[in-house]
Amino acid sequence: MTETTGLSIESVQQLLLAPSGLGVNELERVLATIMQHDVDYADLYFQASRFESWTLEDGIVTDGVHSVERGVGARAVSGEKSGFAYSDEIALPALQEAAAAARAIARQGQEKQIKAWTRTAGHNLYLPTDPLSSLGDRAKIELLEMIDREARELDPRVKQVIASLAGGDDTILLLASDGTHAADVRPLVRLNVTVIVEQDGRREQGSSGGGCRRDYHYFIDEERALGYAREAVRQALVNLEAQDAPAGTMQVVLGSGWPGVLLHEAIGHGLEGDFNRKGTSAFSGRVGERVASDLCTVVDDGTLAQRRGSLNIDDEGVPTENTVLIEKGVLKGYMQDKLNARLMGVASTGNGRRESYAHLPMPRMTNTYMLAGQHAPEEIIASVKNGLYAVNFGGGQVDITSGKFVFSASEAYMIENGKVTYPVKGATLIGSGPDVLQRVTMVGDDLALDTGVGTCGKEGQSVPVGVGQPTLLIDGLTVGGTNV
Amino acid sequence: MSRRDIVKVQAGLESVAEQVLQLAKGRGATAAEVALSEESGLSVNVRLGEVETIEFNKDKGIGVTVYFGQRKGSASTADFSRAALDDAVRAACSIATFTADDPYTGLADADRMATEIPDLDLNYPWDVTPEMAIELATACEDAARSYDEQISNSEGASLSSHEGTRVYANSHGFIGGYSTTRHSMSCSVIAEDKNGMQRDYWYSVARDRNDLESALEIGNKSAARTLQRLGGRRLETGKVPVLFAADVAGSLISHMISAIRGGNLYRKSSFLLDKLGEQIFPDFVHIHEKPHMKKVLGSAPYDSEGVATYARDLVRDGVLQGYVLDSYAARKLKMESTANSGGVHNVLIEAGELDQQGLLREMGSGLLVTELLGMGVNTVTGDYSRGAAGFWVENGVIAYPVDEITIAGNLSDMFMQLQAVGNDIDYRGNIKCGSLLIDAMTIAGT
Repeated sequence: MTETTGLSIESVQQLLLAPSGLGVNELERVLATIMQHDVDYADLYFQASRFESWTLEDGIVTDGVHSVERGVGARAVSGEKSGFAYSDEIALPALQEAAAAARAIARQGQEKQIKAWTRTAGHNLYLPTDPLSSLGDRAKIELLEMIDREARELDPRVKQVIASLAGGDDTILLLASDGTHAADVRPLVRLNVTVIVEQDGRREQGSSGGGCRRDYHYFIDEERALGYAREAVRQALVNLEAQDAPAGTMQVVLGSGWPGVLLHEAIGHGLEGDFNRKGTSAFSGRVGERVASDLCTVVDDGTLAQRRGSLNIDDEGVPTENTVLIEKGVLKGYMQDKLNARLMGVASTGNGRRESYAHLPMPRMTNTYMLAGQHAPEEIIASVKNGLYAVNFGGGQVDITSGKFVFSASEAYMIENGKVTYPVKGATLIGSGPDVLQRVTMVGDDLALDTGVGTCGKEGQSVPVGVGQPTLLIDGLTVGGTNV
Repeated sequence: MSRRDIVKVQAGLESVAEQVLQLAKGRGATAAEVALSEESGLSVNVRLGEVETIEFNKDKGIGVTVYFGQRKGSASTADFSRAALDDAVRAACSIATFTADDPYTGLADADRMATEIPDLDLNYPWDVTPEMAIELATACEDAARSYDEQISNSEGASLSSHEGTRVYANSHGFIGGYSTTRHSMSCSVIAEDKNGMQRDYWYSVARDRNDLESALEIGNKSAARTLQRLGGRRLETGKVPVLFAADVAGSLISHMISAIRGGNLYRKSSFLLDKLGEQIFPDFVHIHEKPHMKKVLGSAPYDSEGVATYARDLVRDGVLQGYVLDSYAARKLKMESTANSGGVHNVLIEAGELDQQGLLREMGSGLLVTELLGMGVNTVTGDYSRGAAGFWVENGVIAYPVDEITIAGNLSDMFMQLQAVGNDIDYRGNIKCGSLLIDAMTIAGT
């Protein structure tokens, strides 16, 4: 590992292996026992993580939780098969047991050599900092209390404030039969604010928050914490005025930033290597085809400094990349982990991720966004005669096989004769992934990434991700309101 | 695991629990509670006739909460060594020096602790080997793949078997534990025609493997469900009656449960605020909570605070009879705990007269929903808007499959506009519900 990473693999090994007296030589022998079977690839993934969260409601911090977790996962891959076992004890007997279970996927065969260790020089996107000790516990509580005061002082209609501060770090070490020897220390912090407002018996909520791979000072810098409080109150007050959302297919303008969850659902999941290798995605076999209007260039970029979705190396020890998924409307490629890349005859794109040592890696997104276009956002709104302007969203979901996806607006307005007129209630938007980006007729010059709140779920595993986009005009998307 | 091994595991966990309570007391905590679990299992996935993954699961964990008067702190770890337990207790105690005095915090009241722990018949270990699991999953997928030539691809069939033991103890002197098993088999396949691909699935889950549907049944159902979806069309935007099939109807009841949960009530973030004793459904609707059903997945002898669970009515004659409260929310609301710390235990909607066919005839023309997409449900306001797929029904008969539409309404109205509850109850989930027919919802489509 080079000096520039700010991280020494020795210090990671000290933390993960030294307490049980394990060294790289023992690990090599464990990998060798897996390779006695007819296995193409094997890896050992060590992890130690610490996490805390503090929660405020009714004006006081009533709850705090501290948790630690450590363990090791052993994986054996043979063709399309994976054998996997793990242990929450990092010790030689447990490791040997896990390795023996994992290799059972393949028959005993000719023993393969493990390649000589090559230390992976990962990126240097974040520092191996310790978020938990970056701020005193008293100061963490004061930060939450400050958010509560700010929200309540902003408007007397604010009846409840729920704020939570969470942080932690993951230290990982990876050794694989292909010679991979890599480590990473991944800090992550997050702050969330939800407010409930009430007026004339009507109640509404607003939420805001952010996070990144830094320490808690991120929330104090530039008054970000107070900014989240103000944003949550603003959204809640807008919702107090919201009228019923329209129902039907219409022009939809999506705001910049978090509305990029559209790309994550409509395009991103369908371009993950596993679904395409198996031919189960609506995008399978379509590389080189037009899947979007020529205004659209979409990337998955794990190399952005300090971003929530970024990683110095993925969970298979491969440095993350800036992968072009769609270039000027044409499908360029998929996101790959080692297994699917090998089976499809391409290279891993550094998208092999896992929730923890107790989960198998698979192709996952990092930060997925669309590049900026030519139009000013005002110009885009002015072009719409009758449509919806959706600026904030909750989550979404996709059926990758049919390509149908949904995502739910939490703040939206009507556009009438080129002007934003009145707010409407949240509504789910539905479309078809291979179709929706072909209808993008204007792309804004205001690319923004989200504030760092995204969590993606796939096959029961959660990982932090980012999304982003400029303001977009979609010429025909179905809006699921109640107003016919 | 044999009976004797289970007893040994539980005794081991109980001794760790007692150690932790001692450590907390030693550090000056005025009260403490601890929850521990140990689980192991096997999951196998077979795709296109070949093994895809074999996963061996083995997890354990401990969570401790300490109280210093009215201040609280929590910590968790998976390491049961004395040093790690002490670290966890110290971390929890440290947090409790910073959290605020909260008059409502604390253990559940001592007189509510379960005094006897009924055997709910939840533990049916299955010594399934990877080879047996592979054989069953292969048979399941084979059934699906050979069902029809339009079945063109597969996401595979899975078999999983898990067993675990949980122990809870607190400084009232309560200590309890029990073991449970959970076995499941599922299959998901893809069919293709000129319009594209469709996917659907089926699964079976049970405490006792003998209660699982057969591999053949699961495979056949997954294939039949997938085939039915080929050629899905959109609908015109408008208002139509909607029948939620039993396997998705439970989600509507789960939104109700969420809205009567203590946390959402004291935060005033519920569309069912102050509705206790009021009509929220038509008078033919009766909803029960039955925590002691034998051999059932949602059953539990006590909640996650040690409070004895009990059978009760949630809704009788359409009127809301009770909330879903843990001791903290109960104190905030000046009420009593309903033994729902950690959630509800077997919510059962009393069956009506008709099966799904009968309900389709009752509906006449409308939408049968078999899949819901996304999370467009606002518990504060009851506003509901979700992606949906299913079938258009004409004169009580399925006419054609439907997809890429949304259905929308407000849950308060949808509940009051309920027309009928089916007798086709889906017992797999914690909420056991038949198909639900709703008078009218807004469809957004073309």
